[in-house]
Amino acid sequence: MEAIITSVTIFVLALWVGYEVITKVPPILHTPLTSGSNAISGISVLGALVFAGVQEGTATHLLAFVAVVFGTINVVGGFLVTHRMLRMFKRKE
Amino acid sequence: MTPVLIKLGYLAAAVCFIFGLKQLSHPRTAVRGNVVGSVGMLLAIVLTFLDHNIVRFEFIAAGLVVGGVAGAVLALMIRITAMPQMVALLNGFGGGASVLVAGASMIATQVVAGVPEGQLQAATVASGIIGGVTFWGSLVAYGKLEGIVMGGSVQLPFHQVLNLALFVVSLILGSLIVLAPSWAVSSYWLMVLAASVLGIMLTLPIGGADMPVAICLLNSYSGLAGAATGFVLANNALIITGSLVGASGIILTQIMCKAMNRSLVNVLTGGFEAAEGTIKSADEIYEGRIKATTAEELAMVFDAARRVVITPGYGMAVARAQHAVRDLANLLEKRGVVVEYGIHPVAGRMPGHMNVLLAEAEVPYDKMKELDQINPTFEQTDVVMVIGANDTVNPMASTDSACPIAGMPILEVGKARTVVVIKRSLSPGFAGIPNPLFAADNTLMFFADAEKAVLAIIAALKEAA
Repeated sequence: MEAIITSVTIFVLALWVGYEVITKVPPILHTPLTSGSNAISGISVLGALVFAGVQEGTATHLLAFVAVVFGTINVVGGFLVTHRMLRMFKRKE
Repeated sequence: MTPVLIKLGYLAAAVCFIFGLKQLSHPRTAVRGNVVGSVGMLLAIVLTFLDHNIVRFEFIAAGLVVGGVAGAVLALMIRITAMPQMVALLNGFGGGASVLVAGASMIATQVVAGVPEGQLQAATVASGIIGGVTFWGSLVAYGKLEGIVMGGSVQLPFHQVLNLALFVVSLILGSLIVLAPSWAVSSYWLMVLAASVLGIMLTLPIGGADMPVAICLLNSYSGLAGAATGFVLANNALIITGSLVGASGIILTQIMCKAMNRSLVNVLTGGFEAAEGTIKSADEIYEGRIKATTAEELAMVFDAARRVVITPGYGMAVARAQHAVRDLANLLEKRGVVVEYGIHPVAGRMPGHMNVLLAEAEVPYDKMKELDQINPTFEQTDVVMVIGANDTVNPMASTDSACPIAGMPILEVGKARTVVVIKRSLSPGFAGIPNPLFAADNTLMFFADAEKAVLAIIAALKEAA
């Protein structure tokens, strides 16, 4: 039970931190914010990696393989596309 | 490495994400912020390899290569104008991953052996439902933005009742995972199926100019799905990261709704109530008052201007006119004219859409002004060029309380000396109402494709010089 409470505490506090940090992002950067936060939401790939690496289980491997592909597309695509956009904002310095 | 060190490593990754998001608050530091975030992700992935459950690497390697190449190709090839679709698609993949990971946790139970049973079950249900809604909702949003699925608001009879029923069915199937353990796996996938249909149904009624809200909301869901997966695996890095993204999506959703003076429920249920007979018809407003103009006449108008404000809308994205607009601005600036851009928060199909397009065309970000910054300047502005925008510059929002956009903050372009509207026809915008701005005494209408129109003005300006 204690472990659950700790996890929930972390969840609520992180929501709060997110709220505070992200309200400071100006509207001109809202698209990169969306794609950048999108990229880090691909963190589910961590779970996918663990299941893809277990010793046996065809179904597990199949599910986890697809999950790794999905998660990696999300992470790599998200960070790269955000980088591409942000560089456009920066280059007129 | 000991478990303690691994946990500290995950904490460092989470700090990277928070710090990275924080640096996104200024264009100067934003590039670095994104890099810091990706370093955090790399750290988290490397730490995961140390998990004692991982004993073989061929599926991991294959998945990383396939996903990495696909993601990189998508990110580098995509047109900047197609960014809303791209974000919707990436969002969907994140949600899909959450569904699959929770599904895998139901058969490879040894991995989650240490997680308290109640937390595991609740989190599995949450991952499956939120992930399913995110995946299919995002695909529908992608289809709408790409023009594969009907772009407007699609509503079935009893749409909201059906949605509620689907949600209840998902929850019942989810509780069966707990109540009938021998059927748990089948119940899970049936639950995901119900949630998938729900995801499609939730996104179908959101159309056209309401898409920014859908994108923000789905972004938030994908974060919450990730947090739920974190509870499945009892992994704090996932919980923290998921909730950061969840919060980000919720904030953006709020901002979008506020910028349209509408409630979230109103947007989700397909929006505008039909205002019956209470607002003036298009004929009444436009009859005999529209002044169509030519590029040559506009060249003279711009020639006499000292200060010009450009207010773009979705039409500029469709016509990919941002480069032509920048060329016109450069030409005017060379002649000593001050040029700025006024950008409505919901212009385009995702938050900040216009800013990205203008940045692509190398417009400096300090010339892009928010609603509150630009509105007080219109009275001192000689020419406003409205390009591909309609509802966001419709004065009816403040003059007619019966109209569907009543109370929506608008760009008050009518206060400028001359308003030039570039638009293909007098057809209404997403709100489906006529725009009295087009019939105003100080408005000139240039009926043309946005890009061709701007190129014609540039040519006429150069000729006159």
